[in-house]
Amino acid sequence: MPSSVDEVDRIPLSARPEWSDVRPVPQDDGPNPVAPIAYRDDFRETMDYFRALYLADERSRRAVDLTTEAIGMNPGNYTVWHFRRVVLESLNADFHEERDFLDRMTMRNAKNYQIWHHRRWLAEKLGPEVANKELEFTKSILDLDAKNYHAWSHRQWVLQSLGGWENELDYCCMLLEDDIFNNSAWNQRYFVITRSPLLGGLQAMRDSEVGYTTEAILANPPNESPWRYLRGLYKGDASQLISDNRVSELCLKVLKTSNSCQFALGLLLDLLCYGFQPSEELRAVVEALRNSEQDTVSSNLAATVCLILEITDPMRSNYWAWRRNNLPSQVR
Amino acid sequence: MRSSSFYASYQTQHQAKGKAKARVMPLRIAHRRSAAPKTKDRRTRATTTRREARREAAAGRCSSSGLPRSGSSTPMESSPTRSSSSSLSLPPSPSDRQGRLTTTQLEQLRVEQEVYGIYRLFHGVAPHTRSFMVELWRDKHIEFLARGLKQLGPSYHVLDANRPWLCYWIIHSITLMGESVNSELEDNVVQFLSHCEDKNGGYGGGPGQMPHLATTYAAVNTLITLGSEMSLSSIHRENMLKFLLQMKDSSGAFRMHNGGEIDVRACYTAISVASILNVLDDELVTDLGNYILSCQTYEGGIAGEPGSEAHGGYTFCGLATMILINEVDKLDLPSLVDWVASRQGVECGFQGRVNKLVDGCYSFWQGGVLALAQRLLPIVHKQLESSFISGVQASAECKKSCNFTAGETGQDENLCRAGTSHPDNEGEKLSDFGFSSIGRQTECGPLFHSIALQQYILLCSQVLEGGFRDKPGKQRDFYHSCYCLSGLSVSQYSWSKDDGEPPLTSAVLGPYTNLLEPVHPLYNVVLHKYYKSHEFFSTL
Repeated sequence: MPSSVDEVDRIPLSARPEWSDVRPVPQDDGPNPVAPIAYRDDFRETMDYFRALYLADERSRRAVDLTTEAIGMNPGNYTVWHFRRVVLESLNADFHEERDFLDRMTMRNAKNYQIWHHRRWLAEKLGPEVANKELEFTKSILDLDAKNYHAWSHRQWVLQSLGGWENELDYCCMLLEDDIFNNSAWNQRYFVITRSPLLGGLQAMRDSEVGYTTEAILANPPNESPWRYLRGLYKGDASQLISDNRVSELCLKVLKTSNSCQFALGLLLDLLCYGFQPSEELRAVVEALRNSEQDTVSSNLAATVCLILEITDPMRSNYWAWRRNNLPSQVR
Repeated sequence: MRSSSFYASYQTQHQAKGKAKARVMPLRIAHRRSAAPKTKDRRTRATTTRREARREAAAGRCSSSGLPRSGSSTPMESSPTRSSSSSLSLPPSPSDRQGRLTTTQLEQLRVEQEVYGIYRLFHGVAPHTRSFMVELWRDKHIEFLARGLKQLGPSYHVLDANRPWLCYWIIHSITLMGESVNSELEDNVVQFLSHCEDKNGGYGGGPGQMPHLATTYAAVNTLITLGSEMSLSSIHRENMLKFLLQMKDSSGAFRMHNGGEIDVRACYTAISVASILNVLDDELVTDLGNYILSCQTYEGGIAGEPGSEAHGGYTFCGLATMILINEVDKLDLPSLVDWVASRQGVECGFQGRVNKLVDGCYSFWQGGVLALAQRLLPIVHKQLESSFISGVQASAECKKSCNFTAGETGQDENLCRAGTSHPDNEGEKLSDFGFSSIGRQTECGPLFHSIALQQYILLCSQVLEGGFRDKPGKQRDFYHSCYCLSGLSVSQYSWSKDDGEPPLTSAVLGPYTNLLEPVHPLYNVVLHKYYKSHEFFSTL
C-alpha cells in the first residue's frame, strides 16, 4: 500500500491510465461559499476523484489507494475514513497491512480522532492476538507525549476488550517514577486498580495504594494528582475516608511541615464536612496557620479552614467563601 | 446597526463609543515592541501572512472535531498562590531523582516564566499603555475574522471537514462583539450550510460529506446566531430528529456519525441541537444520564468515555447535557465543582486537566462549567448537606443515613444523591430545560476569579494583530478566538444576578467598551439570538 504521495513526485490522477474511466465529481460549494479554502490542485483533484468513487460506491483496490492519498492530505476527513472501512471490509483485505499504514499515520497525527477511531475498529478485527502489539504501539506514542488523551483512551479500550493487563500496574509505576506529576498516569493507575481482573478491585488494593499515594504526597505536597487519587481510593465510601487514621495523619504531617498546604486543607475540609472529628493536635496546627490579623474569628474548625484558604489561595477565594457559607448544618 | 456590513457598522459603533482616540498612542508603542516594522513592503507582509496562515492551520490540525480538543493543552496547579512566585515548589524529595525536574515541571516553568514576563511588563508600563493592553482590540479581531469568512489559504485544507465549525467560530465571535454580518453574507452562509446539510438530516463537515454530530451542532448554532427567519427555517427539523435517533447507541450514548466514535462530545452536540430546535424527546434521552454519570471520574470532572481522565471540554459537555435532560442531580456536584474551581492556575487562566498547561480555550470550557454550576448551587448545597455522616463507625449504616444509593445501572461507584430537586420543573417538556435553566436569579458570585481570567485572556491570549491564541508563543486561530471570547463574555457577566443583566464596571476588566454580548451558557450562542430562536421553535 503506498504511503501518502509526496507532493513533488505526484502524478496527477488525470494522467494515470488506470483512472481514465473515472469522471471526477467537483465539490458543490454553491454559488457563494463562505470561508472557502483555496485548495491546492492536487488536493482538489484527489477529492474530486474520491467523490466519484464514493458516490458510485466503488469497492475496489484502487478505492483503498485513493483513500490513502486523501487521508494523507487531510486525516480529519471522517467520510474518507468511513468509506475506507466499508471498502476494506468488502474486499476482505489484509488487516495487518492496514495496521502498518495506520502506525505511520498515527505517528504523524497523534491527536486526531479519526485515526484512533479507525485503530479501534482495526484492533477489533484483529482480535486478542494484537493486544500486546497495540499496547506497545500506544507506549511508543506515550513515549513522545505521556499525556496524549487519545492514546490513553485506546490503551484502556485494548485492555478491556483484548486483554494484556499483566504489566499495566508496572507501566503506571514506571511513568510515575519518571514524572510523578503525570496525572494521566495516575488516572491509568486508578483504572488498573479498579478494573483489572488480575487485581482484587478497589477494596483489596486500597491499603497498599494508600501507602504508595501517601509517600508520593509527602515527597511533593504541592502535587495535586496524588491528593485527588487519595480521595478516589475512598470513592463512595466517605465513612472509610474519615475513619482511616492515615488520611488525617497525612493532613497533619503536611500542615506541620510544608508551607504550601492548600491540598491538605482542602482534604481536611472535606473530612470535616463528612463528620470527621479532629484531634486536638490537628486543631492546634490549623489554628496556628490562621493569620493573626484576620478579624473574623471562628470557633468552628471547618470555617477556619475555609478562612485560611480564602487568604492563602486567592484565585479561589470566592469558592472557599462559598464553601464556608454552605457547610453542612451539623458542621456549622 | 446590526444589519449593515459588520465592518462598516463596527467602525461607526466604535467611534460612537468615543474610545478611538485614547488608543492611538499606545498602539504605536506596542507596535514598536512586538509587531512587524511598518517599513516592510507589501510583498514581505503578504509572505508573512501566508506563513502565519500556514502555522494557524497547522495548529488546527490536532482538532478534527472542532469541539474541545482532547489533546489540547491545559496547567499545573501546584501551589503558591501569589502570582509573583512560581507555582512549582521544588523540594528535595526522596522519590525524586536529585535535582532533576520532570517533564511536567519543566513545561510548566517555561509557561509561567512567559506569562509572568507579560504581567511584569504590564505592571511596569505607563498607565495609558496599561489601559491599552487590557483593551479588547475589536477592530483587529473583526478584521481577522472577516478575512477568514471571505477566503482561507491552502493550508486550511486540513480543516476541510470542519467547515461549519469555521462558520460558527467566526460568526459567533463577531456576534459576541456586538456586530453582525451583512444580509448578503448572511444569505451566503445559509445557502452554504444548506449545501452541507444531508438530505436525510444533519450537517456534514462540507458539501457531500456524511452528516456528523459536531458539525451539525456548529451549523445549527451558526444559523441560530444569524437569526433571520430564513436562516432558522432552513433547518429541517424532522429529518434532524431522525438523524439524531440514528446516532443513538444502545448504551444510551451517541456516536458522532454512522460508524463513528461514541463519547461525551457526541452526547452533548446531539442533545444541544435537539433541545434548541425543540425536538428533544424521551427516546433520545433514554439511558443517557447513566452514560454521562459513568464518565464522571474519581477526580470529580468528566471524561470523554468511562475510565478516561477528567477533562475540561468533556466536563462542560457532560454537565450541560445533564442539565438539558434534567438529570444533573445524579452527578456528584460538590466534587465536580471542586475539581473545576481548582483548574484556574497561577497564570490566571484555566487548564483542561490536572498538571497540564494553561490554555485560553478552557476560559469557556471550564469557565462555562462554573457559570452553569453557579446556577446549580442550591443542588450542590443539598448534596453537601446530605454527605455528612453522623456516627463515624458503622460504614453500612452511614451509607444509608447519608442517602448513598448504589448506582442504578450497576456501576461500582456510589453517588450521593440530593433527591429529585426540581419540584418546580414538573410538567415541563424536555426541551424546556434549556430555557428554564436561565433567567433565574443567581444567589452568589462566581466560583472562579473572573478578573484574573479576563486578565489572562486579554494579556496572554489576545494577539495584537487580531485573534486569540492558546497561550503566549502559540499562533492565533479561529477556534481559540471563539472560545477565548466566549470565556471572556462568561466572566464579564459572572457577577450579574440576572442572566444577561449588564454587569457593574468593576466586573469588567479594562474599559467598559470591552463588554461583550452575554451567551446562553448551555448552548454557547449569544443570549438574545437564543431567545429569538426559542420564540421561533417553541411555536413549531
